[in-house]
Amino acid sequence: MGQTEQTIIETVGLTKRYGAKIAVNKLNLRINQGEVFGLLGPNGAGKTTTILMLLGLTEPTSGKALINGMDCTRNPISIKRVVGYLPDNVGFYPDMTGRQNLRFTGRLNGLDEKEIEERIERLLDRVGMTEAGDQKTGTYSKGMKQRLGIADVLMKDPQIIIMDEPTLGIDPEGMRVLLKLMRELAQEDGRTLLISSHQLYQIQQVCDRVGIFVNGDLIACGKIEDLGKQVQKENHYTLEIQTSPCDDRLLAQIAKLPKIEKVEKEGERFSIQSLTDARKELTEFLGTNGYTILHMHQRGGDLDEIYRLYFEKAGQSDEDKSSEKNRGGRFGFGKGKKKRRG
Amino acid sequence: MRKTGEGVSVSEKERKRDAAETGLRALYRKELADHLSSKRFIIILVLIYATSFASLYGALTAVSESTETIDYLFLTLFTTSGSSIPSFMSFIALLGPFVGLTLGFDAINSERSNGTLNRLVAQPIHRDSIIIGKFLAGTTIIAIMVFTMGIFMGTIGVLSTGLLPQTEEVLRIFVYLIYTCVYIAFWLGLSILFSVVCRHSATSALAVIALWIFFAIFMSLVASIIANAVYPIDDQFGALFNSYNNYTLELNLNRISPYYLYSEAVSTIMNPSVRAVNVVTVSQLDGAISGYLTFGQSLLLVWPHLVGLIALLFAAFICSYIGFMRQEIRSN
Repeated sequence: MGQTEQTIIETVGLTKRYGAKIAVNKLNLRINQGEVFGLLGPNGAGKTTTILMLLGLTEPTSGKALINGMDCTRNPISIKRVVGYLPDNVGFYPDMTGRQNLRFTGRLNGLDEKEIEERIERLLDRVGMTEAGDQKTGTYSKGMKQRLGIADVLMKDPQIIIMDEPTLGIDPEGMRVLLKLMRELAQEDGRTLLISSHQLYQIQQVCDRVGIFVNGDLIACGKIEDLGKQVQKENHYTLEIQTSPCDDRLLAQIAKLPKIEKVEKEGERFSIQSLTDARKELTEFLGTNGYTILHMHQRGGDLDEIYRLYFEKAGQSDEDKSSEKNRGGRFGFGKGKKKRRG
Repeated sequence: MRKTGEGVSVSEKERKRDAAETGLRALYRKELADHLSSKRFIIILVLIYATSFASLYGALTAVSESTETIDYLFLTLFTTSGSSIPSFMSFIALLGPFVGLTLGFDAINSERSNGTLNRLVAQPIHRDSIIIGKFLAGTTIIAIMVFTMGIFMGTIGVLSTGLLPQTEEVLRIFVYLIYTCVYIAFWLGLSILFSVVCRHSATSALAVIALWIFFAIFMSLVASIIANAVYPIDDQFGALFNSYNNYTLELNLNRISPYYLYSEAVSTIMNPSVRAVNVVTVSQLDGAISGYLTFGQSLLLVWPHLVGLIALLFAAFICSYIGFMRQEIRSN
């Protein structure tokens, strides 16, 4: 399967309202075949609702979602044959073993028994769960459940895999394995992946493109580098440095330098804002004045920064929008929560 | 062009039906296996068998001590209570709901809290297969349980008394067991309904238990209070005019309760000497010859009860079906 630029998931003006609250607002999205797409946003931004609409589990208020040209609301069974869904907090029947759980999924998909057994062996091996396969899933750790969940999704050999918060609560080693698996699924198998998350670093490592969701609106969509450049253009350059010694005298001196707009002390470090790249001038200045540079980092390129800046922008315009869940996650969004039920 | 279009739609339809069937079959199999291997099932099975054995023992002692001749002696093994032990029939009327409750109170909400429900609905099956599969598996378990228990009781009865049941007695017992299945299946439907409505399985269990106690104990009190308020019979004059209406109203109110409906039906079917289920006046009895009702006539008396029980069963199941289909499945 080559990387053909063929649209496989498409949404047109997809909207979902719960009473007066808009969970997803006029979403227009195109995801190509073989792509890894990250759906980013804080808790309650409408990611899960979007996924549910793609799977035909929730009816959109207006607009439509198409997978392979099929309407997700009208052909849910056909959609679910080609789409694998790994929900967040994936669960299994605790009294059944891993193999039994997978066998049940195989039967639900109408596979014949021989095929089921073959796939179970192959998939358990692939996710590294062959030995734990005969244990009851009630004894599994979170990471094991997640891996079994991936095997479970792959039982039906889906074209598209949708993962809802797959990285939540996984330890670093488990995360490494999981990310490797995701990459394999996309690159070797040629499957399309749609990953929703609020954890940025992990997503950054695997996604081709990301879409940033805030309060039901898709506020940015594109390649991570492109988004980074866009942010840098709009928000100047921010440089983070740490020197030895790191004193107030230096602060005053740096502020006098040309190009530099603003200098702030953040703990042991300085945060320097400038209109253009000021690294060269700064290094020369520090070198000639006998300061040693301990740390220097140009902010703005990473997803965290992109995320923060987009959220700030969205936050200013949507201050009064209430958030769906407001679980008080990593990002303090939805603080302006107001109950508006009509 | 049109022909090919039709061909496609037919095969698509077939595929859809196919999906519905495979999904339902897989779910039914799994639910059945789950029930049969669960500790809960073993516990209720032991409980029901122990109580039926105790009541049979009581009935046997009572029958062997009685001096008068009894017709339909085999049936009395099911209906007679011993000195301190209630009869098999009243035991089942009281404990039947418990069986239905145990099989169904966490049908949907445990799937939800385990996080398996959203994985299940993402499979290519119709959503209603989930709830239908659960209900059918539960009903199958109930039927197996009730019929094995009936056969077990009958066998012990035959072995210990040496009586051979007549065909009519066998038929009556068979009908009794069918009524029991429907009655318990109603409680299964009701507990599935609560498992759809309530988020926690403890809440749904408590709700069903509350209804069970209400119908078994308090419904008759409520019925008599209402009947007395509507048709007072506290003075002679009132008693003269209202007693018929009062009694009929109380009876009808009581019949809302599935517990009463079932008890009335099975005591009629298991007791051929019961000739009427409604109020009979002295004038109506004038000239009647005392005797037993035939099987067909007994069945005719309790036919409406069966229809009522089935209607209740369907009402409970349909409510849970609609509730489940309209619910949005999210994790937690």
